[in-house]
Amino acid sequence: MDFVLQQLFTGLSIGSILLLVALGLWIVYGTMGVINLAHGEFVMLGAYTAWVLQSVFQVGLFASLVVIFFVVAFLGWIMERGVIRYLYRRPLDTILATWGLGVITQQVVRLLAGGELRYVEMPSLLAHSTTILGVELSVYRIFIFVVVAGLLALTWYLMQRTAIGMKLRAVLQDREVASCFGINADRIYALTFAYGAGLAGLAGALVSPLKSVSPEMGTTYVVDAFMVVVLGGVETLMGTVLSAFLLGELTGFIAYLQNDTVAKALVLVAIIVLIRFRPQGLFASQVRA
Amino acid sequence: MKRRDVLQGAAVLGASTAIGLPHIWRKDANLARAANGEIKVGVLFSLTGTTAIIEESLHKATILAIEEINAAGGINGMQIVPVEEDPASDPATFAEKARKLVLGDRCVSVFGSYTSASRKAVLPVFEKRNNLYWYPTLYEGRECSKNVVYTGAVPNQQQDEFVPWLIQNFGTRFYLIGSNYIYPKEENNYCRKLLARYGAEVVNEEYVPLGHSEFSSVINKIRSTEPNVIFSTVVGDSVVALHRQYRAAGLDPEKMPMASLTTSENEIAAMGGDAAAGHFTSAPYFMVHQSPENERFVAAYRARWGDDKVTHFVSEPSYFQVYLFKQAVEKLAPSDISPPTVAEAVKGEELTAPQGQIRLERENLHCWLWPKIARARSDGQFEVLKDSAEWVAPVPYAAYPDQVCSENGLQQS
Repeated sequence: MDFVLQQLFTGLSIGSILLLVALGLWIVYGTMGVINLAHGEFVMLGAYTAWVLQSVFQVGLFASLVVIFFVVAFLGWIMERGVIRYLYRRPLDTILATWGLGVITQQVVRLLAGGELRYVEMPSLLAHSTTILGVELSVYRIFIFVVVAGLLALTWYLMQRTAIGMKLRAVLQDREVASCFGINADRIYALTFAYGAGLAGLAGALVSPLKSVSPEMGTTYVVDAFMVVVLGGVETLMGTVLSAFLLGELTGFIAYLQNDTVAKALVLVAIIVLIRFRPQGLFASQVRA
Repeated sequence: MKRRDVLQGAAVLGASTAIGLPHIWRKDANLARAANGEIKVGVLFSLTGTTAIIEESLHKATILAIEEINAAGGINGMQIVPVEEDPASDPATFAEKARKLVLGDRCVSVFGSYTSASRKAVLPVFEKRNNLYWYPTLYEGRECSKNVVYTGAVPNQQQDEFVPWLIQNFGTRFYLIGSNYIYPKEENNYCRKLLARYGAEVVNEEYVPLGHSEFSSVINKIRSTEPNVIFSTVVGDSVVALHRQYRAAGLDPEKMPMASLTTSENEIAAMGGDAAAGHFTSAPYFMVHQSPENERFVAAYRARWGDDKVTHFVSEPSYFQVYLFKQAVEKLAPSDISPPTVAEAVKGEELTAPQGQIRLERENLHCWLWPKIARARSDGQFEVLKDSAEWVAPVPYAAYPDQVCSENGLQQS
């Protein structure tokens, strides 16, 4: 039974990384309805910002997190103001435009930083393992879990308890009426998109000590993020959270009992079957007509 | 203009182009391969896409060798003219660009490829046109083409000394992990045979998808099976993720080292020396190798491409195989230079490469090489622990004792 507990923790860790990447996408796709295929590139930009801060300015990962959030959020803001805002309610065009922007971003980064794989040093404080309930765990993975929980709480608070969150919810319900009440819908959209991008940037920075940093790294993350958000039901934050951990546990256990190739295939099959019978996702909220 | 007119016009234009450029249709395709004191060769490494990370360095090593040869007066006074194409890490594009280099540019040879998939994709082009492809990468063997010169190691050259050495130093329990494609499977297939011969066991064999970066379940399995050696043929960015997560999980290379056939200086630069330190690699070449030829190679490479660049066990063959090409062409009269004559002339050629004296085996067009066992240091370089006493013959079908690659093709017994 030892391995069950161990895999349970592993699943939580995989799930927390999935949630970290999916959280920003949920904001942009789940609330604003923008299918942003360049989401993975924000993750990549976050990782590269961490790398630049570390290798050029010798700033450690902890200290750079806030900077990374604002740098990537700013890039997201530019993208929203420059392109996305002209494409609201045109989902097909958005897919094409964001995909194109993603490719452009990849190649620009390749030209500026080179094609080599990069890495970000793990803070030495966290670069060891510890034992919890008889299971050996990487401290850095626990750190990621804690940060994700914090970001989740922050996001929930922003959406539900602040004026800007209330305005966002108003704009989403009815843009025209909200505008009549004096809410600047344009500004709300831009800020929300920037916040989503910033979260993706943080995700990139946080996973970069565990994985490799390359211009193409975003491609796999965007697929994972969409899987999480679609499976969870796009409207609810809780759905996204639960589906991230569900996928994490599922992947972890199958990978342990079989291997990662089988896990990847089976998880995809499970998702396809699920959305065939429950197109609204696992945890869709009841919408009042 | 009506549509029919356009079509007619296009047909006429097409026909006249075909007649107007008769050299495409000329019967003797080998004529004038070396015209105006120039020899055209193709350079086919990806500069974009997923494997560009490593192929860029192969491209640079190839170009460096060509520039050196040209600066020293070329081949019998003729300059090598590289025709560079970027196949964008895509096998189909590899085949298309290879066709362009062979048919369009009429190159006498093409240097290229990193992955087995891309080599397999271009193979039909070179066999059908009887041209010559120079492949620098260590690979899984089990190929016997008369149109490819293989200058990288095959499984017997990397494993014959390595596996017994690992058993002797660490123990008999091996955990085999690789990326999910042909190269790791063939290497592990041969490794299993060696392990059986020396009475060692495989505690688990598994493959992760290409580009996989989440190794926590794998690490749990490694913890619970407690192997003595983790035998890794994971490739690409997965190597980086595996090493970094191994370290984050607090595993100890002293007790349970990873033994890799694919981790070079290039991968270490990508993962950081701390994550690589203490793990082992077997290969014919390491950047720290002590020889005058290697010192010259490393110095020239850095002077040309930058001081932070590393050379590794795929870029070294990319470099020396151009010199092998030069040696073969030197033996030919300019009017005789063609892919088949170069292929014939290169058989049995020897030269002193950075790794040591190498020879191209006449029977199977693979190289005799100098396998070495090395441990990674935290400064990003290796420390060579064991140098082979003899050069080692290439046996591309080592795992298949009833098959032998000979000058007349594959022999079954």
